[in-house]
Amino acid sequence: MSAKVKLATVWLGGCSGCHMSFLDLDERLIELAARVEFCLSPLVDTKFKDFPEVDVTLVEGAVANVEHVEMLHTIRARSKLVIAFGDCAVSGNITAMRNNFTVDEVMNRAYRETCAVVNGVPVGDDIVPKLVPKVKPLHELVKIDHYLQGCPPSADRIWELVTALLDGRAPKLERRFG
Amino acid sequence: MSVKTLTIDGKMMTGVEGDTVFTVAFHNQVQIPRLCHLGGVPDVGACRMCLVEVEGRSKLSASCMTTIEEGMVVRTDTEQLREYRKLLMELLLAEGNHVCSVCVSNGNCELQDLATHLGVDHVRVPYRHPRREVDLSHERFGLDQNRCIACTRCVRTCDEVEGAHVWDMAGRGEKLHLVADLGEPWGNSENCTKCGKCVQVCPTGALFTKGSAVGEMEKDRSFLKYIVYGRERHQWVKKP
Ligand code: SF4
Ligand code: SF4
Ligand code: SF4
Ligand code: FES
Repeated sequence: MSAKVKLATVWLGGCSGCHMSFLDLDERLIELAARVEFCLSPLVDTKFKDFPEVDVTLVEGAVANVEHVEMLHTIRARSKLVIAFGDCAVSGNITAMRNNFTVDEVMNRAYRETCAVVNGVPVGDDIVPKLVPKVKPLHELVKIDHYLQGCPPSADRIWELVTALLDGRAPKLERRFG
Repeated sequence: MSVKTLTIDGKMMTGVEGDTVFTVAFHNQVQIPRLCHLGGVPDVGACRMCLVEVEGRSKLSASCMTTIEEGMVVRTDTEQLREYRKLLMELLLAEGNHVCSVCVSNGNCELQDLATHLGVDHVRVPYRHPRREVDLSHERFGLDQNRCIACTRCVRTCDEVEGAHVWDMAGRGEKLHLVADLGEPWGNSENCTKCGKCVQVCPTGALFTKGSAVGEMEKDRSFLKYIVYGRERHQWVKKP
């Protein structure tokens, strides 16, 4: 038997909704598990010191902080195919709505002007990664092989893309944002 | 009125003098992509989506602004046109702030539908993220300039159909934006009859009925047919 396809899913600047939709694959997850090796994902309990070499990575979320930038470049270097998974990854979507403001304005709004302020703006580079000045969709930083729109993409659309990739055929997907 | 014969996408078609290429094509079941054209109000050629190739002309022509000529040969759907339209769409999406997932028009939007139709799966030009205004001063309707594509359908409909002329465009380039009266909040407009026609003709979620949640805003343009039919035939019947 040939080696299983190595799959990873990653969560950058998004709400995790795309991953929730992935879980909505329900019993199809069992079928998927038979065909792929789940290398790394917020949904599975495997720990890696470094990002592993994989065949396919689904990346949820936009690039919003310096950690995302570094991570995305690592993902690109170690994945054969990188999929922009959901609208935030494809277009910036909700995550990029802060781009109409400066980082200072955003930080003030979140950590000073709210009623629940306790510690104010977080400090220290090691604790919270710094925000990049403008949130960007993945393809503005690295080459993307497939785009899966939707906020979130439905389980059926995820299934269509993933199975098409596994079967080596072109996915049949309506390319609608939102 | 003289009749003219032309070829569109290899098919012979006829129209009367003064007809546009867009209209003749439309009546012959050739649907040229469009955003600013709206049957019943004058064309302005604002969006350039309806670009076509006319044999013998070195430049592409906006079909809604090009009147037919005898013997004209027009192509509406070539590889090059498809690529230009796709890029135009990407420019439109990049120049405003279109966050479909939280938009009142999500799922019922002409811009979104056309992007899908043109095969836009991501935007290749950098997003501009301009800072734009939202005007919620009107008692019944709202205007979110983030989603406005400056097609001027609202301007023309309010002026030509309702006769109120509330809307105009102000500014240039990326500062181009819609103004009510002379830049007043819409709610202060004394001209506005609150008819809602501008809202119904707007192809995007820029103009909407207040209280609509995500995806709830569906536009109804049946009134336009009724008015245009009545004007042309001087018959005011319920169902044209
Ligand atoms: S107006 Fe249309 S394209 Fe723009 S955000 Fe709303 S649904 Fe999306
Ligand atoms: S509601 Fe009617 S009168 Fe008021 S701006 Fe719109 S079209 Fe014009
Ligand atoms: S508000 Fe709507 S109808 Fe008016 S110019 Fe903008 S997109 Fe067009
Ligand atoms: S439809 Fe012709 S330019 Fe907009």
